[in-house]
Amino acid sequence: MAITQILFWALSVLALFSALMMVTSKNPVFSVLWLIVTFFTISGHYILLNAQFLAVVNIIVYAGAIMVLFLFVIMLMNLSKSTEPQKSRWLKMAGAVAGGCLLLVLVAALRGTETRMAELGTGKIGLIQNLGHVLFTEYVVPFEIASILFLSAMVGAVVIGKRDERPAAVSEEDIRKVEEPKEAMNLS
Amino acid sequence: MDIRYYIFLSIALFVIGIVGVLTRRNAIIIFMCIELMLNSVNLLLVAFSKMHHLANAATNPTAGSDGQLFVFFIMVVAAAEVSVGLAIIVMLFRNTHSIDINFLNRLKH
Repeated sequence: MAITQILFWALSVLALFSALMMVTSKNPVFSVLWLIVTFFTISGHYILLNAQFLAVVNIIVYAGAIMVLFLFVIMLMNLSKSTEPQKSRWLKMAGAVAGGCLLLVLVAALRGTETRMAELGTGKIGLIQNLGHVLFTEYVVPFEIASILFLSAMVGAVVIGKRDERPAAVSEEDIRKVEEPKEAMNLS
Repeated sequence: MDIRYYIFLSIALFVIGIVGVLTRRNAIIIFMCIELMLNSVNLLLVAFSKMHHLANAATNPTAGSDGQLFVFFIMVVAAAEVSVGLAIIVMLFRNTHSIDINFLNRLKH
């Protein structure tokens, strides 16, 4: 067995195990950490397929930015305590059975496909020279549209995340009510 | 490596994501399961692009680059989606002091 095949199986087992741990762990912080492990194994698969640009982008964007955003939100809301309301046991079982049925159907449908090989470790299409050339010649219009998408996502996140005006006004009144007796005490 | 192993690995990761969406009630974990599903699709796209490259490299030396660029754009869309989705979750938590997904039932009334 070649070294690439051993790496493939090891990475696959680790990816499935960490994905299962992500779904089943009670604490959201552990869920995030297991998902980061899954993303690293998927990056390992990309390196094995010689898609080095995507491996680096996967680590930077997913493990570096998106998961840190998740961790930040969890820490900000102080959700690390496992106070999640659980679904009933029957609903959980129904969800697992539905997922298992989907797995069964997809595997049964795709079991008889012809065997084609994906090349491991060779080929230059995954390197940044080739991908950059294709991105800025054939795909330059979607690239620019992606920038507009990011701008609208940024505006949307700011607008949604902004605090409402009305509760702020109420709280100012409350502060004034609380402060008035103090001033009266100072005068006396 | 045989392409079928990649297909089965991606299916397994995708189904784990679906089971997570169906069985959990924490909005953040449901969101992470969606990210897992996106990543399984990305892995399959890269494997298919390498398969296509191996078959057609003689006629077109850059065959298969399109699949990897699709993965790049999926990552772009996922990043935008996460920023807006987490803002919605923060707003939900601010209004209800919980991130139970069942609170979204109130959108009906």
